[in-house]
Order: sequence, then C-alpha cells, then structure tokens
Amino acid sequence: MIEIKNLKKRFGDEEILKGIDFVFETGKTNLVIGQSGSGKSVLLKCMLGLFTPEEGTIEYDGNSYSDFTDEEKRALRQEIGMLFQGGALFDSMTVEENVMFPLRMFTKKRKKDLHERVNEVLKRVNLEDSAKKFPSEISGGMQKRVAIARAIVNKPKYLFCDEPNSGLDPHTATIIDNLIHDITVEYDITTVIITHDMNSLLEIGENIAFLKDGVLAWKGDKTQIFKTDDKTVTDFVYTSDLFKKVREAQNQGL
Amino acid sequence: MRYLNSIGEYFLMLKGVFGRMTKRSVLKELIFKEIDQLIIGSLGIVAFLSFFIGGVVALQTALNLNNPLIPKTLIAFAARQSIILEFSPTFISIIMAGKVGSFITSSIGSMRVTEQIDALEVMGVNSLNYLIFPKIIAMLTYPFVIALSMFLGIVGAYSAAVLGGFVGAEEFIEGLQTDFEGFQLFYAFFKTFLFALILATIPAYHGYYMTGGSLEVGKASTTSFVWTSVVIIVTNYIVTQLLLS
Repeated sequence: MIEIKNLKKRFGDEEILKGIDFVFETGKTNLVIGQSGSGKSVLLKCMLGLFTPEEGTIEYDGNSYSDFTDEEKRALRQEIGMLFQGGALFDSMTVEENVMFPLRMFTKKRKKDLHERVNEVLKRVNLEDSAKKFPSEISGGMQKRVAIARAIVNKPKYLFCDEPNSGLDPHTATIIDNLIHDITVEYDITTVIITHDMNSLLEIGENIAFLKDGVLAWKGDKTQIFKTDDKTVTDFVYTSDLFKKVREAQNQGL
Repeated sequence: MRYLNSIGEYFLMLKGVFGRMTKRSVLKELIFKEIDQLIIGSLGIVAFLSFFIGGVVALQTALNLNNPLIPKTLIAFAARQSIILEFSPTFISIIMAGKVGSFITSSIGSMRVTEQIDALEVMGVNSLNYLIFPKIIAMLTYPFVIALSMFLGIVGAYSAAVLGGFVGAEEFIEGLQTDFEGFQLFYAFFKTFLFALILATIPAYHGYYMTGGSLEVGKASTTSFVWTSVVIIVTNYIVTQLLLS
C-alpha cells in the first residue's frame, strides 16, 4: 500500500500539486486520471523519488520515503517496477537482455537461473518467441509487454505505469490493461497507473484518483465514476460522443 | 551566467560518474563494448587520414624547399615535428570530436529522449556511472590510436618523399632522427591523455543533460562538437605554453 498525505510540489512560483491525500491499495489497479497539466506525471515522479515534494509524505507500507536513508531508498527502488510511456527499452539489447537487465544488475543468480526467470516472465506476457529480437524489430504492443516483463522480473512490490496505452490500438490497449490487472492480482502488488484513457477506466479502474489543477477533485471506482454527477468529473469523462451515448443509455435505464 | 552554470553542472556530473559504481561484471562488458565502438571503430578513418596528411606535409615541405643551402633532411624533420607535436594529438582529436563525440552525445541523448535514462534511475542504477564511466575508461586507450596515427603519418611522409623522389631513404631517416627529444613524445601523449578525457566527458555532458526531442539530439551533437573542439584547442594552447615554452 502506498499512502500520500498532503503532498505539495511547486516549480518556481507555480504550485503543481496542492496538497494531495490518497491511498493506493495493494492487489488493486489504482488509476490516476486527469487532463494534461493536472499534475499526474509530477505526482508519479514524486512517488518514484525523481522529484522531492516541498510538503507532505509518501508512505510505502507505512514507512515514509523522506525518512529513508540513501541505502533504503536504493533498496526500495529495487522493489519498484516501472512501465514507461514509450516502453523505455534499451535499444542496444535484445528482448531477453532487456528483461534480464534488473536481475543482472541487482542479483547474484547464476546464468542458468537468470535465463529460467526471464523465460518464465516472457512466457507470462506471451513473448517467449521474441526473446532474441531487438526492440526495433517488434510492434509497439509487444514493446509494452516486454517493458511489463522487465518491470516484474525482479518480483516488485510496487508497479508504476505511465500512460501504458499511449500509441496503441484499442484491442492491444485492452490486452495491456488486462495483463497489468492480472499481474497485479497474481503478484499481489500495488499498481499505480497514470492514464487518460477512458477504456482503461472501464476495464481496470478499481481505485481512481481524479486530479484537476493539482488537486484531488474526486476519488472512487469505475462503477462510481460513471454514476457521479460531479461536474468536474463528468466534463472530463464524457468528452467523447461514445461515452456521452453510454451516459444517455444509462440514464434511460438501458 | 549560463556558462558558469554549465561548468558547475559538468563538474557535478563528473562527481556523479565516480559515485556509486555499477556491478563489476556488467561494467567490464560495457568497457569492452565501448572500446570496440569508440576506439576500434575509429581506427580506419584515423589510419586513412594520418597516412595521407603525413604524405601531404612531406610533399608541401619538399615542394617549398627551393633554397639549395637547406638540407633535404628537413623534409623528414618537418614532417616528424608537425605529425608528432600537433597533427596526430590535436587535429586527430578534433576529428574524433566529430566522430566519437557526436556518437556519444547522440547515443546518450537518444536514451534521454526515450526515457531510458529515467528507467535506469528508477531501477536504482547510477546512470552517470553506467553510461559515462565505461566511455572514460575506453578512451584511456586513445593514446594507442594517436601512436598509430603518428606511425602511419610518418609512413605516409616517407612514401610521399622517398617514393616520390624528393629525398633519399637514408636522408629521410637521418632527418627523422635530427634533434629528436623524448620529451616531445611525453608532451604529445600527455596532451592526448587530456584530450581523451575531454572527448569522453564533454559530449557525454551534452547528451546527458539535453532536453527535448529528436531534433534537439541533433542540435546537442552539433553543440557538443563545437565545445569539445574549443576546449581541445584551448587546452592545447595552455599545455603547450606550460610544457614547451
């Protein structure tokens, strides 16, 4: 579980996060949604320790990040898996080498054990046949799956995903969403997903934080978000015609 | 003020490079890979340039040597001095700033743009050490490239002067040995060592701290080439002033 309390972050005179409180639950897919510039990415970077907040705390299973020593911070980072927007795979390495990278860097396992673990994870994301390919030789969806495999290979306790569906077709996006959800439940990890993809909201929105202008404007789950009358949320959710029609159908009891 | 900031940032980067070290087995592999890419991959162009420039230096000296009172041994002497003191260490380094420097900036810059550096940091890897330290170690073998350049430059000069019929082989060898001081070699390799550090770190700085997209990677490579060349030229002047004057 990750709990953030009164989190504030500013850049110069501009306050980006204005005191956010939220609990990211373990074993659930926690979504942070909001328009561009609402502070989602800054929140993610604060949680990852890439930005230092001016005020507030981030607690990983009850332990405040700001109280950690450098050694503890490094240890925590090895318990974090991160899925970047573009995958962030290392171009010069094959799929297998990419997935093996965290294991090679931080464990003293034998080569045979490393290969076994990598094969196991690649099988989990259905990519066992692409192990020897380079990232440039596989599709965007496959790259995302490799990135997921790399993020979970070290058996992390926390998984962070930054726009996991960006640049993917709806079918592939659904596959990625479901994969992230299944892994979250299977490994019993705390997953935080930054997104503005409404389909993800429908698919895996188990615990949702809606940010607007650096403030937590709404929280709930996927069933509640489509029933709320909160205007700030409805203005964001029902931007597309498809969702407007879903809303109308709901109102008509269809 | 901006330049002062950059200089400060550069030295902080160097501190980070020698900070928390990457696992030794991984580092060893990276160093060999960098030696292959930065050093072995540059041998062809260095050999080609050195041979022909050595030849041209000898030809130019021979063609401008009109006074019969000046001995022909001057051709080899002039070629040796130009090649060992300046052409090989300094001008090959400027060329390497274009080749190796641009490669370093664009490869690190692309990693910055595609969030690969962020991925390293999030994993708990000291990205400065992982990316730049192997390059610095690989560039410590750069003096061997310059030694090869000196040798081929003189071979080129010999070919142009002797085979071109401007001077006899014995006279050429005599010219090569005239007034030779070992200190000149020390001077040449000392500054080569400094240039190697410059070639590894300034382009790395421009790549690591770049912001923006792929267009900015190109701009960073150009800026990196300009600054690496400027720093090499200024360092060359200072070292020459300190050691030879």
